[in-house]
Amino acid sequence: MPKDHGIGASSKRREDVRFLTGQGRYTDDINLHGQAYVHFLRSDVAHGRLNKVDTSAAEGMPGVIRIFTGKDFEGVGGLPCGWQVTDRHGNPMQEPAHPVLAQGKVRHVGDPIAAVVAETAAEARNAAEAIVLDIEELPAVVDMKKALRPDAPKVHDDLSSNLCYDWGFVEENKAAVDEAFSKAAHVTTLELVNNRLSPNAMEPRVAVGDYNTGTDDSTLYTTSQNPHVIRLLMGAFVLGIPEHKLRVVAPDVGGGFGSKIFHYAEEAFCTFAAKAIRRPVKWTASRSEAFITDAHGRDHVTKIELALDAENNFTAIRTETYANMGAYLSTFAPSVPTWLHGTLMAGNYRTPLIYVNVKAVFTNTVPVDAYRGAGRPEATFQLERLVDKAARELGVDPVDLRRQNFITQFPYATPVAVEYDTGDYNATMDKLLEMIDRDGFEARAAKSKADGKLRGLGINCYIEACGIAPSALVGQLGARAGLYESATVRVNATGGIVVMTGSHSHGQGHETSFAQVVADMIGVPEAQVEIVHGDTANTPMGMGTYGSRSIAVGGSAMVRATEKIIKKAKKIAAHLMEASEGDIELKDGQFTVAGTDKSVAWGDVTLAAYVPHNYPLTELEPGLEETAFYDPNNFTYPAGAYACEVEVDPETGKVTICSFAAADDFGNVINPMIVSGQVHGGLAQGIGQALLENVSYDENGQLLSASYMDYAMPRADDVPFYQVDHSCVTPCTHNPLGVKGCGEAGAIGSPPAVVNAVIDALHRGGMKHVAHIDMPLTPARVWSAMHG
Amino acid sequence: MYSFEFAKPKTIDEAVAALAGEEAQALGGGQTLLPTMKQRLAAPATLVSLNSIPEMIGVCVNDAGHVCIGGATPHAVVAREAAAHYPALAALAGHIGDPAVRNRGTIGGSLANNDPSACYPAAALGSGAVIKTNTRDIAADDYFLGMFETALNEGEIITEVRFPVPQKVNYQKFVQPASRFALVGVFVAKYADGVRVAVTGASSDGVFRWAEAEAALNADFSKAAIDALSPPEGTMISDLHGTDAYRAHLVKVMTGRAVAAA
Repeated sequence: MPKDHGIGASSKRREDVRFLTGQGRYTDDINLHGQAYVHFLRSDVAHGRLNKVDTSAAEGMPGVIRIFTGKDFEGVGGLPCGWQVTDRHGNPMQEPAHPVLAQGKVRHVGDPIAAVVAETAAEARNAAEAIVLDIEELPAVVDMKKALRPDAPKVHDDLSSNLCYDWGFVEENKAAVDEAFSKAAHVTTLELVNNRLSPNAMEPRVAVGDYNTGTDDSTLYTTSQNPHVIRLLMGAFVLGIPEHKLRVVAPDVGGGFGSKIFHYAEEAFCTFAAKAIRRPVKWTASRSEAFITDAHGRDHVTKIELALDAENNFTAIRTETYANMGAYLSTFAPSVPTWLHGTLMAGNYRTPLIYVNVKAVFTNTVPVDAYRGAGRPEATFQLERLVDKAARELGVDPVDLRRQNFITQFPYATPVAVEYDTGDYNATMDKLLEMIDRDGFEARAAKSKADGKLRGLGINCYIEACGIAPSALVGQLGARAGLYESATVRVNATGGIVVMTGSHSHGQGHETSFAQVVADMIGVPEAQVEIVHGDTANTPMGMGTYGSRSIAVGGSAMVRATEKIIKKAKKIAAHLMEASEGDIELKDGQFTVAGTDKSVAWGDVTLAAYVPHNYPLTELEPGLEETAFYDPNNFTYPAGAYACEVEVDPETGKVTICSFAAADDFGNVINPMIVSGQVHGGLAQGIGQALLENVSYDENGQLLSASYMDYAMPRADDVPFYQVDHSCVTPCTHNPLGVKGCGEAGAIGSPPAVVNAVIDALHRGGMKHVAHIDMPLTPARVWSAMHG
Repeated sequence: MYSFEFAKPKTIDEAVAALAGEEAQALGGGQTLLPTMKQRLAAPATLVSLNSIPEMIGVCVNDAGHVCIGGATPHAVVAREAAAHYPALAALAGHIGDPAVRNRGTIGGSLANNDPSACYPAAALGSGAVIKTNTRDIAADDYFLGMFETALNEGEIITEVRFPVPQKVNYQKFVQPASRFALVGVFVAKYADGVRVAVTGASSDGVFRWAEAEAALNADFSKAAIDALSPPEGTMISDLHGTDAYRAHLVKVMTGRAVAAA
């Protein structure tokens, strides 16, 4: 029988009551006394020399308080990059300056040039229109390969070229990989594009800066996934505010998908300007601004090759990828195509030799950084499309080819520097096949054919590295931060529990699932546990939420802190019952002495901790509050098998998804309903990438997909009712909950399933010339491929 | 959005008077105009709302059997109230945009704007409708002059649209994946005096009649009748969502489907 509370129960999401009834408190709901508003004047050209910014007419406009330009930020730090990649030759990446407001040049449409602070948002915007710009437009670089030509215009004049880095991984293996290819019985090659995506969180970004003249304290309210990281980056690297004088609050946040990890110019500006004008300063992005300022995702162009021996064993993989960085390095941009991508190129397979080459390129486009999955969807897509193509070329069943090459012994050290602790890829594949009735496919295909449609089935696997990450390891890889997580468990006198976590919830349901863990450990009702997050003033230093890390790393910190609480509470209970500490047991919120009928309740112990009249004060401090920091000793490796069935309308090229099944191994599951919801959302985004979404620039760097009129988001009728299963469980071996993380799996595993299914449908329809179609598989693209 | 004056006339005469003012602009449901104003790409001095004029709202059938729709009638009302009289028109209205669009957007607003991807122009042209204004009656064949261009004069108001009801009719819309406007929409209507085929979404000249298909269908109202035809490729739109060749192909496919479903 399913549990009705605690770990493993599908407890209802307590936060949804306020989210769904309009009672959430988002950053835009925060309005401070005396607040002014900022409007950013942004570049409408992709590349240009900024000869003059004439604000004289604008300064006299009604309501204007002050106008800022790049000049005001001379001597102020630029936006920092949090990860340094070292190239194939041992040199650091090229790292350009990223000023808060443009200085000297503009480098993408949306680059902020000036900021007007006024009494109202409309007055700020009116005045911004009166600023006269003298911009000498320069040729833009948009296409990555063209950007690397010697004669290409340079995005950053002070860099030697538009190449950020040329990364080889593992460089020492390159010769051996090349040799394996020369000896291969069969080589499958695939060139593909991983399309650029716009994150489109439901809540656009907002920032409110505040300055307290009495205490010299600054506060930033912002739509962030990691307020402590923003405090550190902005305080230490941009504005020079020590952390004890800077508070960052990320209240309710309406979705992030990675785009709200990064430190953005608008956050630094509002904090800076609030101090400059001695008034709170607020910025609320329009959706149009979101399209040209939120960091985009993906945008890889790849050639991948697979070598196989005569028995169809994978012997080597070789890839060459061009990864778009955009105009500046966003906070974690360099890590995405390298350490979050190259390390996953083994996938679920025993390929002994792998070489990954990545060229990161600056272009006159919006910066690109982590977006749900970040590097791992790109790796999975390449590999799972490639294996499918290999199976087709070899005339073998794509499931059999995968199974033949599965890793089956754990732990498994891949040739790309990670060690999978545990997994069972045959188990998830078996589960998937059970879910999809593969044997019935031919009958379904025949029915589709009778309706004039082509039916196809796509199956693939995925693996991801989550629970980012061991600090010592990522430090060696170039991270300029640690990646532990923290939790403080504060037990009040009357037994209520407040958990202050460094993780941040922006839709994930932490307030519910985290409470389930602590309530389960102590044996109290979930309602007795409150989860607090998002404010640097009342939570311990934490690294925030991304990379499916919250339960694996943040949850582990919370477990460690709760263990400390239980240990101390048992000591108090032992004193109260005049028993030996070793004999105390805690169950269902009652402390008992083993072998006796003595007991004290949780509330008796917590009260004693704060009213220590009868208390071992000589041995134990009063109070019941503990903090733990948890630094994982490995990534976690969720994995699974996905299947998609589609119908293609041969007359129009339109793809309809008939069914989608996902069999995931997430390790232990805290709240199955929330996990299913996370998979559903990930699948919608992955299907969106596969069929609909595409950021498109013209050759001059103008964004063509700048609104929902041209950027297609998945809607309810674009996606099917999903079949999801997470009953295959190989618990993570190195964290206390045995959990792996589930937030990104759906977005990582689903695009290849969709594309594999469409290619399958076309081949079954006789169009065997179609080896691949680049995402998104819009009707027009599918039709063109069919007739290409 | 810039500041503007707002007028809410109760009669057509009051509306005409208000529109005579300097930089006055008629407001239907505002589904195109308001986003444009929010982006500060339009800045009328006065908005004259046509949504409170009772004589311009509603659906009825006149003595000639034509379905008459007031110019300020929202799509949702057409979807509901025209269903008994002209089901294909009601179905078309019921699939424009989303519920919010359908409850604000009006037939007069759509026809006055003449977006090259809108649905109503196909219905009006395909039905040989009469567009009644405050000063005259305009035959649909004379009304659509190109992308966002119509025969309307400055300040002229669409008060009513009259649709003759065909013997057979169907509208096929192939949606643009992002906007869900028609990437190509084809309205096929068979009347006693001939077949009309109106195409929206496809041409850079806006909605048009596909004369060759009409001729073929007049001879033989079947999907097979258009098999040998090729829609005119020269004026087809090429954009992010489809090439001209793809759109031309879709015109034929959607025409065939409309004939089959009519």
